[in-house]
This record gives sequence, structure tokens and C-alpha cells, in this order.
Amino acid sequence: MTRITVMVDGVSYVDDVEARTLLVYYLREKLGKIGTVVGCDTSNCGACTVHLNGRSVKSCSIFAIQADGSEITTIEGLARDGQLHPMQQAFHDNHALQCGFCTPGMIMQAIDLLGDDPDPDEQRVREGLEGNLCRCTGYQNIVRAVLDAAQKMKPAASAPDEMSTRQPSAVAGGGN
Amino acid sequence: MTALHSRAIGRDLLRRDGRLKVTGTAPYAYEGPLGKPAYCHLIQATIARGRVTGMDTTSAQAIDGVITVLTADNAERLASTEDNELAVLQSDEVAFRGQIIGAVIAETSEVARHAAGTVQVTYAQEPHDVELSVDRADLYKPYKINPAYPTDTADGDVAAAMASAPVTLENTYTTAMYHNNPMEPHTTTALWDGSLTMWDSTQGVHSARSVIARVFGFDHEQVRVVCPYVGGGFGSKGTPHAHVVVAVMAARATPGRAVKLALTRQQMFFLTGYRTPTIQKMQLAADRDGHLAAIALDVVEQTSRIKEFAEQTGMPTRSMYAAPNRRTTHRLAALDVPVPTWMRAPGECPGMFGPEVALDELAEQLGLDPIELRIRNEPSVDPDSGRPWSSRNLIACLREGAERFGWAERDPAPGVRRQGDWLVGTGVAASVYPTYRMAVSTATLRYERSRYVVEIGAADLGTGTWTTLPQIAADALGVDVDDVDARIGDTDYPIASVAGGSSGMSTWGSAIVEAARAFRDKFGTDPADGDEAEGSVSPPTGKYAMHAFGAQFVEARVHADTGEIRVPRLLGVFAAGRIINPRTARSQFIGGMTMGLSMALHEQSVLDPRFGHVVNHDFADYHISVCADVGDVQAHWIDEYDPHVNAMGSKGIGEIGIVGTAAAVVNAVHHATGVRVRDLPVTLDKVLAQLTPN
Repeated sequence: MTRITVMVDGVSYVDDVEARTLLVYYLREKLGKIGTVVGCDTSNCGACTVHLNGRSVKSCSIFAIQADGSEITTIEGLARDGQLHPMQQAFHDNHALQCGFCTPGMIMQAIDLLGDDPDPDEQRVREGLEGNLCRCTGYQNIVRAVLDAAQKMKPAASAPDEMSTRQPSAVAGGGN
Repeated sequence: MTALHSRAIGRDLLRRDGRLKVTGTAPYAYEGPLGKPAYCHLIQATIARGRVTGMDTTSAQAIDGVITVLTADNAERLASTEDNELAVLQSDEVAFRGQIIGAVIAETSEVARHAAGTVQVTYAQEPHDVELSVDRADLYKPYKINPAYPTDTADGDVAAAMASAPVTLENTYTTAMYHNNPMEPHTTTALWDGSLTMWDSTQGVHSARSVIARVFGFDHEQVRVVCPYVGGGFGSKGTPHAHVVVAVMAARATPGRAVKLALTRQQMFFLTGYRTPTIQKMQLAADRDGHLAAIALDVVEQTSRIKEFAEQTGMPTRSMYAAPNRRTTHRLAALDVPVPTWMRAPGECPGMFGPEVALDELAEQLGLDPIELRIRNEPSVDPDSGRPWSSRNLIACLREGAERFGWAERDPAPGVRRQGDWLVGTGVAASVYPTYRMAVSTATLRYERSRYVVEIGAADLGTGTWTTLPQIAADALGVDVDDVDARIGDTDYPIASVAGGSSGMSTWGSAIVEAARAFRDKFGTDPADGDEAEGSVSPPTGKYAMHAFGAQFVEARVHADTGEIRVPRLLGVFAAGRIINPRTARSQFIGGMTMGLSMALHEQSVLDPRFGHVVNHDFADYHISVCADVGDVQAHWIDEYDPHVNAMGSKGIGEIGIVGTAAAVVNAVHHATGVRVRDLPVTLDKVLAQLTPN
């Protein structure tokens, strides 16, 4: 077991984790962050995408211990005081989801994409989301949602700095 | 039946589960509200046929955190082993590679998975046989095809028509093996405390309950199945597979403590069903004006040696076009392979590939426009049953699509349009899907704290049920849709049919309409709190042939040097009765079309005959379309109201979008290049081999 300290969705956690524990299972099974889901096990589908220190990662592809000292934002940490993040709102408004299983990862990756390119064209969005699979498949509306969010997030068009406004609200062990 | 006055039906309403899904708070089956669960990981056979002669679980048992290891030696005996797929851990026999031969229950998912890998298994291996071909001597005629259609049909004399007609075509087309691959892996969380609660990722909580109760010999009252949200299903979650039985066994081995079992993506390729590959021998005979004299489709496909599933691939050929001489047959090879099952539009999806490509080839032979060829063979009644159509607007779809797509300017000559390095072409194909209404479903309608509440054990696979059922209830009651709540996905609610065959809205909606009428008859327009009425669906009368129709148009671009295929445009027009919610409906159509594109260009499960398993059993190698593979995908529909199908006048829309898409892609690739590919998927190697160098 190795002790790690992470801040997840604005809350600081100190936990002992096994070296083999993947970040996604730490988030889900230890911290109860069930909004981040597992879709493929091979880092192809993107359903488990979260932000690690402000950049998107597929949380099935890194170990929890690699996240030691990091700030992590999951889909559950995007909304503020009941107010959806503009990307969440855009996915909702544009019907950019059906079964919803790919949605958390799509939203997290789309926010990262706008961080790199605040005003992407359609092709850029399509290519930027190529690591996220939707089987239902709602790609048309997903692309529309991302373009819509890009417009709504102007002029402060960089990806929102999720942690800058947030102080740790508690220090907690994630034991369940 | 009396038509509903439509106020909420037809409105473009936001989906009610949207907020939960964009915030990651919709609970899927893995997220049962539990204390400290145990975790289960499966052990699978590494041979395709034979017997397990020994399983040494000593090392696994010794691992800290392992609770127990289930094998055929210690697993409980099931009450019913009639369904061989579900008779798991009941004998030492191995019938296909990847079959479940054990399971580890442990304190954490990591321990369970690790321990499963340490179990030493010995086998008595026997030669296996997994290769489908038309030449097999053991092809057999199943008693029926899915779900209960006649295996073969024949009218007139196809052979005589083929011998005498001026224009004939005889070709063989193949579709690949496909895996459903919903994004949410199949998952069951099970809790046994004298009765069973299962949070199961399923397309039907009541049918799942019924199957599990039968297998274990439980009373229905002992089993509760909960599934408010499903991360996609596409048929593979239509009925419980073997892992659900193991999850229940595991729960019973740890009474009072819930057990979570999530299949890995790789495991799904062995255990949760797939679409059989099909070999389709197609015959067409026509006069010089394109009137069909004969249409015949002889299908060869596979099933598992332990359980029969006969895909109804010939069904659409029975009804699509008029011809005096007609034949369909189905022959199966029972192989040492996993059990095939429903996958989005079973029957129609593969069964509209061969015929719709063949029609395109016939049109070319005749020098006739492929749309005109289809119009000339429009049947006035259903050629299969002889019944009148409840409504059939295929021609309207073809014409509307042609108009929207710009078909009129099309030069029919193949392989003559080049833009830079790209060869450009367009293609068309028809779509069809039967309009089913299941025989059993009941809804309860209650007035509760000044709101109307509908309860029914229906499922929302992403289709929009949470949103559309209140729309139907609102119109049936004559109230505002905002005053109606729906509760679904739980066997505590009245019985609902499985979400399959695009029958959900027709079936559950009909029950809701009956419940609303009973409610108004009983309580009038001023009900008291707690007033409640029930209504049930009635079976279809059988007077009409009921189908939805559609037409799909594709633009394909093929790179002249590399053979790379891109599809910048897909356009579908559908005639599917009254559309309950245009927002959720469009998404269903487009989703089906995109999955059809994926089938056309990317998808193929490659079975290794040496080892009997699908080699590309993960998303790294089983390719499905991504955002960047899709261009402009449009779905439209014509204004159709069908009074014969149900009180809403609606037809099912979840599956028709995938029907015909692959044929339209192949036809467009041919128009672009002059190369006719008859075997899916259309990959660049198949095109490039025949592209004329220039």
C-alpha cells in the first residue's frame, strides 16, 4: 500500500492504495465517484476521461499512485452550486446523449479540447473527440454541442480552470 | 381504435434524464445503493471444445481478500438447465472458447481479477469446429427462425423464372460477424437475503426476473430487478446471459452482502451474444422494364452447438417487392462458438444487405435508375401474408430523399467522377422494419399530490422512454405533459415487455392509453389523491401487414491511389407513423444510420479457426465509427399517421435506421469506383485490388 494525497472535485483525500489500483477504480470504488465509468479496459473508448491537473486523461490508463499530489476533476465536479458547466448545458440542450454512458468522458474531453482551441471548427472537434466512442451513436449532436459550448464560453474562451476558485472543503479518507 | 388528440405527442421536448446524464449521476447497474459490496470476476475456458479435468484453486484461495472461488464442483445446482447458455457451472463440458468455468469472489475488484488469473485449469481437449461455409454437409433447417417465423417460404417457380426471364442475376453476398458492444459493459449487482435484488443492465426487468426465477426455481415474488438506466443494449441486453446466473450464485454464496459483476469489454465478445455472419445467395429475374419475375434469397448462417438462434435474415425479402415467383430459405451450421443473439434489427439488418445491393446491380444491368426499379416493384399488398398494408410509404421516402439529396442530377455511370485524388459516387437503398406490438404490458396511472404518475416496468436504453411515455400519458389524459411523471425500470412496477423489436412505444404506450382511459372513466377529470387505474395492451388484430419503411442515400469518396473510403453524406427519409418526440426520434434514426455506416466500413469480428475465439475482441481492434468517421448525417421523415398500428399511430424507430445503410454505402462505392464489393465490410483492400490504375 502506498499513501497518496489527491484533491478530487475540490475535496482533499488521503488514502492508502495498492500499486496496481487504476485511477478509475480508486475514484469509483474508493471515493464513490461513480459518474466516471469504465467502458473498455483498453483506453480506447474514453468513457473514463477525467482531468488531471487540468488536462484530460483516461483514468483507466493510469495508476492511482501516479495521481499522488494531483488535482482531479471528474464529471461530478463540473457543476457549481447546481449550475451546469456550459459544456454540460450544451450537451443537455443539443440532445448530445442517448444512453449517457459515454457522456461524462465526452464532456471532459470536449472541455480539454476547447482548452487547446477555444474556437474550433467542426473538423477539429471531430478529430479532437476521436478517442471517445459513442455507440448509440450521437456524434452529430455531440459535435453540435461542443461547437455550441465553444460559442457560449467566449470571450473567456480558455478552458475553465476548475480548481482556481475552489479551496479544499474537507480532508477526508475515501474509505467506503 | 380511437385516435389520440395530439398535444404533447409530436413535441420536441428535452429528455428528462438529460441532467442526470450530463452530471454523471444516472445510476447504472454497477451503482446499486449498497454498503460494502464484494466483487466477482469470471474464469473462462481457453479451449473451444472438450472437458475441464481439473481446476486448482489453491493459490487463488490463498490470496488475501479472496472470499471464495466458484467452480462446477461447488456451485449450486440450478433448478432449470433447459437453456444450455444459462446452465453455467453445472458440468465439466466446454462448448465454446471463453465459456464460464468458474468465478472468484473477493473483497476488491483487483483481487478478484488477479485471483481468477491464478487458477490452474487442465482440460481434455477435443477438436473444435468453428468455420461457417455453404459447403458444409451438416447444414440443417431450423424448425423456425427468430422469433417464430417459418424457416422457408416459396411461391411459384423461381427456377423456371430464372430460366426464362430476359434479365437475371445470381450473386452471393456476405455480412460479417458483429458484436453489439453497448458502451456500458454488461453488469449485474446482486444481493441475496432470502430474496434476490438484482441491479442488472437489462432491456427488460420483468423478462430478466422471469428467466432468473426459472433458472433458480424462485417464485417471482422473491426476485426484484431494478434498472432505471441502461448504457445501451442493441439486443445483447435483451435477455440474461450466463454471467447474470453467476452473479446470482455469487450473491447466494455471500448472503446479506451484495456482489458486483461487471464484464470486461473483452469478455463481452464471448459471453453476451453477437450477430451471426450470413452468406446470402440472391437470385433475381426481371423483364426488360425491370418488373421482377422472381426474387429468392437462400441464407446460410451459424448458431451455437448448445443453443439455437436462427437469425431471420430472409424476412425482408418476403415482403419488400412484388414478384410472382419467390423463395426464402434458412440453413444453419451448429458450431463450437458462443451463442448468437439479437443485434439491432436482427433479420432486417443483414437481410437488407444482399437484396438491396442485388437490386442496384440489376438496375445497372437494365440501365434503369435504382429508385425507379424499386418503384416498379411496389407490391399492393404484403406478398408474404397477402394482407393489406396498414400503411406503406416507401415510394414517398425514396422520392423525398431523392429530392433532398439531389439525386436527379446523378449520372448513373460508375467510376467516372474524380475530384482531385478522390473518386466520388452516390448510392441508395431501402429500409424496412416490422411494427411490433407485444402481447403483454400493463401500466398503472395514479393521481398523487396533484400530479399524474405512470408506473410501468419499461426500459430506457437511451431511446428516450423517460421522456416519451409522459407525452403519451399526457395526451391520453388530456393534461399538460409537465403534470405527468413516469416511473420505469423496476419489477415493483407493473409488467412490461422487453425493449426489443422496436416495440417499446407501441406496447407500453398502448397500455398507458388504456390506463388513462380507465382512469378517466372511473374518476372523471377531478380525481382525488391516490385514485388509481390500470390498463393493458391488447394484441394486434392481425388484419394488416405493419411495417415502417425508409430510404437511405449515401455519398462515398474513394481515394484513387489508396482505396481509402470516406462517407461525407448520409441522408435517410423514413415513414414510421407519428413521431412521438422529434428530438429523441431523430437521434434514434441518425444513431441507427451511423451504426449502419460503421457496419459497412469498419465492423467485423474476426474468428480464428485455430483457437475458436474472436481475435479482435476489444475496442483497439474491433473498430466502430467515431466522430471523425462521420460527416453530414441527416434523418427526415414523412408525415405519416397510421390508424391501424396503435392508439398513438406510431411505429417503432429504434432499429430501422441501421437497415439498408450498408447496402447504400456499397452501392455508392460502386458508383464511385466501378468496383462491386459483395462482402462486408467494404475495406480499402477489397476496393483497391480492382481499381484500375491510371
